[in-house]
Amino acid sequence: MGRIVLNNVTKSFGETQVIPPLDLTIEDGEFAVFVGPSGCGKSTLLRMIAGLEELTSGQIEIDGEDVTQVPPSKRGLAMVFQSYALYPHMTVRKNIAFPLRMEGMDQSEIDKKVEAAAKSLNLTDYLDRKPAALSGGQRQRVAIGRAIVRNPSAFLFDEPLSNLDAALRVGMRLEISEMHESMKTTMIYVTHDQVEAMTMADKIVVLQAGVIEQVGTPLELYHTPRNVFVAGFIGSPKMNIFSGSEAKKLGAYTAGIRPEHIDIDLSGGTWKGTVGVAEHLGSDTFVHVHDTGLGDLVTVRIAGDVAVKHGDTIYLTPQMDKIHKFDEQGLRV
Amino acid sequence: MAIVSTNSNISRYGRPVLAWGVALLFFFPIFWMVLTSFKTDADAVKPEFLIWFTPTLDNYLNLTENYDYWRFATNSVITSVCATLFTLVVGIPAAYAMAFNPSRATKDILMWMLSTKMLPAAAVLYPMIFLAKGIGLYDTHVLVITVVSLINLPIAIWMLFTYFKEIPKDIIEAGKMDGVSTWGEVKEILIPLAWGGIASTALLIFIFCWNEAYWTVRLTTIDAATLSKLIEGNRAPEGLFFGRLSAVSTAAVGPIVVLGWFCQKQLVQGLTFGAVK
Ligand SMILES: Nc1ncnc2c1ncn2[C@@H]1O[C@H](COP(=O)(O)OP(=O)(O)OP(=O)(O)O)[C@@H](O)[C@H]1O
Ligand SMILES: [Mg+2]
Repeated sequence: MGRIVLNNVTKSFGETQVIPPLDLTIEDGEFAVFVGPSGCGKSTLLRMIAGLEELTSGQIEIDGEDVTQVPPSKRGLAMVFQSYALYPHMTVRKNIAFPLRMEGMDQSEIDKKVEAAAKSLNLTDYLDRKPAALSGGQRQRVAIGRAIVRNPSAFLFDEPLSNLDAALRVGMRLEISEMHESMKTTMIYVTHDQVEAMTMADKIVVLQAGVIEQVGTPLELYHTPRNVFVAGFIGSPKMNIFSGSEAKKLGAYTAGIRPEHIDIDLSGGTWKGTVGVAEHLGSDTFVHVHDTGLGDLVTVRIAGDVAVKHGDTIYLTPQMDKIHKFDEQGLRV
Repeated sequence: MAIVSTNSNISRYGRPVLAWGVALLFFFPIFWMVLTSFKTDADAVKPEFLIWFTPTLDNYLNLTENYDYWRFATNSVITSVCATLFTLVVGIPAAYAMAFNPSRATKDILMWMLSTKMLPAAAVLYPMIFLAKGIGLYDTHVLVITVVSLINLPIAIWMLFTYFKEIPKDIIEAGKMDGVSTWGEVKEILIPLAWGGIASTALLIFIFCWNEAYWTVRLTTIDAATLSKLIEGNRAPEGLFFGRLSAVSTAAVGPIVVLGWFCQKQLVQGLTFGAVK
């Protein structure tokens, strides 16, 4: 079990309010991802759930029980830190066993659990090493192992993959997703990488300056972003967002179209522009187009390979049913 | 070009010469003291015997036979060991609290502790003596250990605080998530991780305690008197007994120099504040 409810939670550091009043429910078994730009309060929110940061006001419930005043270890949560936070003076075995030893579990029971966790995380060969003698990915696994053995009602991850290289990051991402599939335990995962958010989450919570901009499934956020911020934040490459006369023509104050929803043509179309850079990824081509009259550079994503190059004149036509429209307040209309 | 080469000449020859000069300047009094301790009191004041003289062990024999050296030495050991332990027992929790649970007052408290080191000891000399006599603790181990600990506590806390600060906060928080008690946090995480720093601090404090003279001389007569008192007692006004005085001094600083020599690495690490990583 692990249903987490935040009621009217706020956080201030001194005079500055980092989290204005905030309500949020994370259902049991859900994989919730907090995303947002740096400094928006993701870690602070996670740490408040963990109990490492006191609430300025409000209340946190886990499985219907008010845990606002309960110390971290009594909340039944396990946390994986960005820096891994392994105990450098202990072997991998001792690191993983540590929370169990603190619970006062029998040594034989501990050994069994540690062996099992190590096996599932491919750490069996490293049990007697110290963390300093492990690679980043292995350290991350140890940190996860230390969380798993406690059998928590929810896992909290604070940017666990951001210290890993790109290839390893993709691998670990899958492993964590698989872990969630098999354990069905609630997970709250903080990241500023929206690809991680999109691929892993059941539910994404988009934060900006401590305010929840939108909560929804990845595809809800992709198809119906509630406002300009979410529209620009979710999706890669970013949505093309423009205002002014071109937006007015479409009946909006601000309008947006995703790169994958623009068609190109060499002879005619809605907007005419000049190719700046064309990025050929093989599977896709990202074409960055100048001088379209929309203001910023426009990015277009074409499936497969297209033969356009720097300086070519090109015509762009948005798929009209895929245009997102926003009003003066930046809200979706 | 010319300037560069002059510069490098100066740094090639000038610096070592300067370094050696300074080192000798500092070392000379100690060297002289050790030499003098092997001279008779009569030889000690004669310039012609500065280097060439007939060495004698009389001063040292005299020290153990007539001056009760071992009792003073034992008191020095008791005082230094107990004061160092006491300093750590109080200092570790204090530094821990300030490093990991700082409040708005933490900075001020640290500064205030340091400021107590700026108070001239003489300013509180008489109040201290009256107080000590008043509560019947004059010339006792309890008093000497307490006073010596307290005057070193600020430095100990500062040093420990600096070491503890280097421990990543995440690790302490991971401990909190894993359910360690406060004492467990100190025992399982803090002490093992800051072990080098704690050892350096202990060593330095031990040396300070051993060398403490101002208070140990003034707050004791016989029972709790340390080696500092023995030196003080041999400082004859006429200045005639230089051989004996030198032997006393050598025997007093000897143990600590030997200790320092063996723990050099730890000490240097401690003084450069960079041991935990
Ligand atoms: N201990 C603190 N004292 C004062 N301000 C703090 C403290 N911790 C965080 N803040 C402030 O709170 C805000 C939110 O910080 P937080 O660490 O939660 O951001 P974040 O979303 O996790 O960012 P990042 O993606 O960079 O990790 C920031 O503006 C930060 O400066
Ligand atoms: Mg963060």
